[in-house]
Amino acid sequence: MSEMVLLGDEAVALGAVHAGLTAAYAYPGTPSTEITEYLIRYQQKHGGPRAQWCANEKTAYEAALGVSFAGRRTMVSMKHVGLNVAADPFMNSALVHVNGGLVVAVADDPGMHSSQNEQDTRYFADFARVVCFEPASHQEAYEMTREAFDVSERFHIPVVIRLVTRLAHSRGIVRTRDARPENPPHKDTTKDSWILLPGNARKQWRALLDRTGDIRRYVAESAHNRVHDAPGAFGVITTGLARNYYLENVPDLPAPLPHLHIGAYPYPVETIRAFVATLSRVLVLEEGYPFVEHALRGIVPTPFAIEGRESGHVPADGELNPDIVRASLGLPARTGLTLDGLTLPGRPPQLCAGCPHGDSFHSITSVLESFPDAIVTSDIGCYTLGALPPYNAIQTCVCMGASVGMAKGAADAGYHPVVAVIGDSTFLHSGVTPLMDAVASDTSMTLLILDNKTVAMTGGQPTIRRSSDLEGVVRGLGIDPDHIHVLEAHPRHMAGNTEILRREVNHRGLSVIIAVRECIETVKRSRQDKTAAAALGEPA
Amino acid sequence: MTFDIILAGVGGQGVLSVSAIIASSAMKAGLAVKQSEVHGMSQRGGEVLANLRIADHPIASDLIPRGSAALLLSMEPLESLRYLDYLALDGTLITATEPVVNISDYPPIEDVLAHVRRLPRAVLVDAERLARQAGSTRATNMVMVGAASHLLPVSFDSLEHFVQTMFAAKGAKVVETNLQALCAGREAAGTR
Repeated sequence: MSEMVLLGDEAVALGAVHAGLTAAYAYPGTPSTEITEYLIRYQQKHGGPRAQWCANEKTAYEAALGVSFAGRRTMVSMKHVGLNVAADPFMNSALVHVNGGLVVAVADDPGMHSSQNEQDTRYFADFARVVCFEPASHQEAYEMTREAFDVSERFHIPVVIRLVTRLAHSRGIVRTRDARPENPPHKDTTKDSWILLPGNARKQWRALLDRTGDIRRYVAESAHNRVHDAPGAFGVITTGLARNYYLENVPDLPAPLPHLHIGAYPYPVETIRAFVATLSRVLVLEEGYPFVEHALRGIVPTPFAIEGRESGHVPADGELNPDIVRASLGLPARTGLTLDGLTLPGRPPQLCAGCPHGDSFHSITSVLESFPDAIVTSDIGCYTLGALPPYNAIQTCVCMGASVGMAKGAADAGYHPVVAVIGDSTFLHSGVTPLMDAVASDTSMTLLILDNKTVAMTGGQPTIRRSSDLEGVVRGLGIDPDHIHVLEAHPRHMAGNTEILRREVNHRGLSVIIAVRECIETVKRSRQDKTAAAALGEPA
Repeated sequence: MTFDIILAGVGGQGVLSVSAIIASSAMKAGLAVKQSEVHGMSQRGGEVLANLRIADHPIASDLIPRGSAALLLSMEPLESLRYLDYLALDGTLITATEPVVNISDYPPIEDVLAHVRRLPRAVLVDAERLARQAGSTRATNMVMVGAASHLLPVSFDSLEHFVQTMFAAKGAKVVETNLQALCAGREAAGTR
């Protein structure tokens, strides 16, 4: 046993390693990225387990499924919206007979620090009828991940670990235990349990429903769901991180309240019924959507009052914090210092000085100046900041790859010119398939791939294919080579690049421009790495 | 004992390194630590806020409650004013004086500094100049760690030790610059 200081993400990663992980797969996404970054560093240092970035969350999930089929332990990690991309394999993997432990680590982002929504992964786990653990501390993140592998193999289901930003990106102390060895390869030889033909799928679905009772019993008895008895008719139910904010305020309460904490799902129905039986009022504190509160409220009026995000006693959106929970407990607000007589301007995030995307946005805005009705769709990445001044260059950002399909739709709807702006990694994640749709109907649109040779927004992970391969990918889809251009996105080429963009914007047909220049942050980092290596006397 | 620190600055100013060095020193002293950071979108030249909690008992919340921070340590003067409501009424604000003007509506710097000076316990540090004298403006954040060292519940030796550890891979010169910056910050804040 040893003590370490880890991010919540890293506690999950190390828990997986110590549970006998054989392989882990992921696509970068804040706040989940550090799970795989830790595993990659661990692999570099110790020679294993295998940790790999994938093209997207769906491909990552499917690779993990293969590991599980082969009898070995595997983890796939992603941010909450990544599970939408991986929803197909996720939902179906609940019906196969999971063989090697399969853990799905999903980091939600309540408050949308770095996301386009704040969906709550507990619904997905419930939807798939699988177990979900929700750690509230670094130690729990480690322990629950280890346990998740055992539960997965015991009940033959994928098991979800639901993190939130404030745990994923917080550092705390973790006491580790001895590692369990990896499973030897032993592929599933159960007849048909991985072949989801309708006839088999019906059997597998029935079998999952038949296991539900055992699964519920296991979770109900879990120490992660705990009642802290106290006298009184006002009780509190917390889930996940809400417990910490509640405990932070307990010393200021006149007396301890009856308290039920839920850390493992499906939520323990009998425990909840017993807990509320003697209460006249219950406050439900959840980091995320009102998942437990909604179930508790149901349709038929309850004999006790329920307070939470649905009732308006807790804000319906955004993340919790100690002060919000304090107010919901009826405690007086704490006050700090105040600033009088000065209005502070906001300081929104922006493209770095010298960012190649800035050059591309200058070209776009200058070309489209003469087209006040032009549509510019965009995507998920640093370049989404092109929405803000001084560029104001893009009009949409919805989900990974949407820029391409939306540009096709906008062109079909009668607009010209239509420009789609997407990054290299997002293009390979989800932009290639909609581009096939555009090729099929030679849609009149211009796709601008901003190739900075990295996944920049999440901290510079490698793009799944080399930059030089991008043109070949685009050509292979069947786009007219006369309308494919590879440019260097640099101020010294601004005039020429703008001219090419102007020509292609005016072209009535599909064109693709790849604007290449490495992210200045990754350039800086590799330069620093070389300096550090030189300082240590290592070959650069 | 609970010692809550709000760390503020602009993306790229090394706020997380400051947090890491103080947190490591506190843990070495056997204290409980929780350190909440922001990554991703929030770092792109925008405002950066980190919460660092140090206590001699287990810490529940990763986030600091309003009005509870003993110290607000900021790498930038405008950012130092953004989180005042987290600072306890008897808390101390320590800020670097050099503004990062990457927005068009940055108020006149004299106004910003005047508002800082008006606070009951404010320490202004010309950190960039001190870092330059120590050898590199990139050590500005270590000047700020030094300036805070008088208040932190950790020993100065321990801070020095972790500065050495953190920069060891970058060579002896970088370590030396950062150690000098640390000492310069301590001296600057100590003479007030």
